[in-house]
Amino acid sequence: MIGMPGLMRLLGIAALVACGFLFSGYHLFQLAQTAVYAVAIMGLVVVTGTTGQVSLGHGAFYAVGAYATAILMTNFGWPFWATLPVAGIACAALGFAVGLPALRLSGSYLALVTFALAVAVPQMLRAKALEQLTGGVQGIVVTAPDVPFGLPLSQDQYLYLVTLAVAVLMFAFAHNILRGRTWRAMVALRDQPLAAEAAGIDIARIKTRAFAISALFTGIAGALAAIIVQFVAPDSFQPQLSIALFVGLVVGGAGSLAGAVIGAAFVEFAPLLAEQVNKNAPGVFYGALLVAILFVMPGGVAGGFRRLIAGFQWRRHKPPSMLAKQQGGTAHAE
Amino acid sequence: MTGLLHQTLSGLATGGIYASLALALVMVYRATRQINFAQGEMATFSTYVALTLIQAGLPYWIAFAATLLFSFVMGVALERLLLRKLADHSGLGTVGVAIGLLLIFNALSGWLFGFTEKGFPSPFEGAGGGALLGGMLSRHEVGMTGVTLLVLGLVYCFFRFTRLGLAMRAAAANPDSSRLVGIRVGWTLALGWGLAAALGAVAGIMVAPIVFLDPNMMLGILLYAFAGALLGGADNPAGAVIGGFAVGVIENLGGAYLVGTDLKLTLALVIITVVLVLRPAGLFGRAVVARV
Repeated sequence: MIGMPGLMRLLGIAALVACGFLFSGYHLFQLAQTAVYAVAIMGLVVVTGTTGQVSLGHGAFYAVGAYATAILMTNFGWPFWATLPVAGIACAALGFAVGLPALRLSGSYLALVTFALAVAVPQMLRAKALEQLTGGVQGIVVTAPDVPFGLPLSQDQYLYLVTLAVAVLMFAFAHNILRGRTWRAMVALRDQPLAAEAAGIDIARIKTRAFAISALFTGIAGALAAIIVQFVAPDSFQPQLSIALFVGLVVGGAGSLAGAVIGAAFVEFAPLLAEQVNKNAPGVFYGALLVAILFVMPGGVAGGFRRLIAGFQWRRHKPPSMLAKQQGGTAHAE
Repeated sequence: MTGLLHQTLSGLATGGIYASLALALVMVYRATRQINFAQGEMATFSTYVALTLIQAGLPYWIAFAATLLFSFVMGVALERLLLRKLADHSGLGTVGVAIGLLLIFNALSGWLFGFTEKGFPSPFEGAGGGALLGGMLSRHEVGMTGVTLLVLGLVYCFFRFTRLGLAMRAAAANPDSSRLVGIRVGWTLALGWGLAAALGAVAGIMVAPIVFLDPNMMLGILLYAFAGALLGGADNPAGAVIGGFAVGVIENLGGAYLVGTDLKLTLALVIITVVLVLRPAGLFGRAVVARV
């Protein structure tokens, strides 16, 4: 039996697949890019949801995922699908290494370390020592996979559908993580760290594991980006990318996966709209909107919608509504 | 050997810049537990203001003082009008607002003053130019170190010998008790933001002749300042200053002998990570112990 939400989801996916045949060229690329950003921002939802801290460096994982796929496909002739797990696992390992020192401390150290990562990674990719592998400043041109089995699709359509399929799978994966028992336990850890620590739970390890999973999401997003853009270079992964993903998280709403999708659409389309006003407007617009949302609508667009749907119950000074509900639930369980 | 001495001295000179910015970061962090990611971009903006004033024909040091005043007011205004109104004190809220400010100041710098790299005048390289200390340091590096040390000394005296400085230290150490003895803690926070912005402006104006002025000038410098603040102890202003100088030397020696110039920023990441692994409280900070 498929319930109402399940039916809605199927309809949604069908509509997105249909988009692959309604749009073409640059518009289709934009949709694919939105799906990629959505997967990347899901990673951020996982970190912020489980650790209560934020990452300013997920652009670095995006870069590592993209380079992993580009290098394996171009230098080693791997098929695209085989590079996905490698990209994901490489990023998870990197996430674990970067997250552990920061997450065993309380405070905003994660934001600090990830910020440093975001600034340092483009320089590393440009470094002479790695030039053989990374192509240095020039980057790597990636040959996108051809349409298999003689399917009647254009290359753009095929890439869009592949991206969409991976994004839907990752969404389902994230959904299971966020609804699962472990995640609820993690939320309990986040909210009652002392009690958990007293019970002998290694909070740092669990938080770091969550961070590694979040890096995995963003790494896979990077791998997808490598084939839809068909080019990777250090300049594509400047710190601004990390910040754009973070803005997407806040605008969409850190409390839900739907927020990740909304945030991704924002990251892809908002700069284009703002640029029509003024070439320099995107930065000011991004910044002002970020500050405004944090003041007026801390749950982001998704949180705002949820409130609206919940009968205009405007509860002030509460974290995003999904988190609030689950916090309530876990507080009783303690 | 001369090479090593040369690298160390010039590391100390840039270290002074990191020290000023690190001190600005620590000043805000001590009072509010907030990492101001916008500190660098605010400094860049101030530097543009200074350049505009100088180009308008003001004498260098008057423009310098006016910029400091402007930055101070800007910092105070940001705290009073924006940050204290923020209800969400989670990581998302505080980091988010700082990033918002970073974006706004970065874009404003580009928008108002242009994206092209600009030269910035140095007050120390006048008629009798040429290197000092047997060719080890440029005149600007020596002058810059002097100004940095002077400013750091003034900040020290302010906190050590004035009632207002004492009140600010008290408010940072124990806001509740400070309130009870009549210190207006909210205003000391705003004052802290103002001082931090002014310190950032000094760092920006002093470093601009070396690295050239563009809207992203302070990004790398901010990273080194983070590393310096963390190395010295995020809670300890004197530690942050020493940390800043130390990072300047490490960066220069590491760049010259270890990793080469194209991995210098990675060095900052390594310093931050190593400090967090080995000694999260920093060299001079105290470990935070929570009373349960």
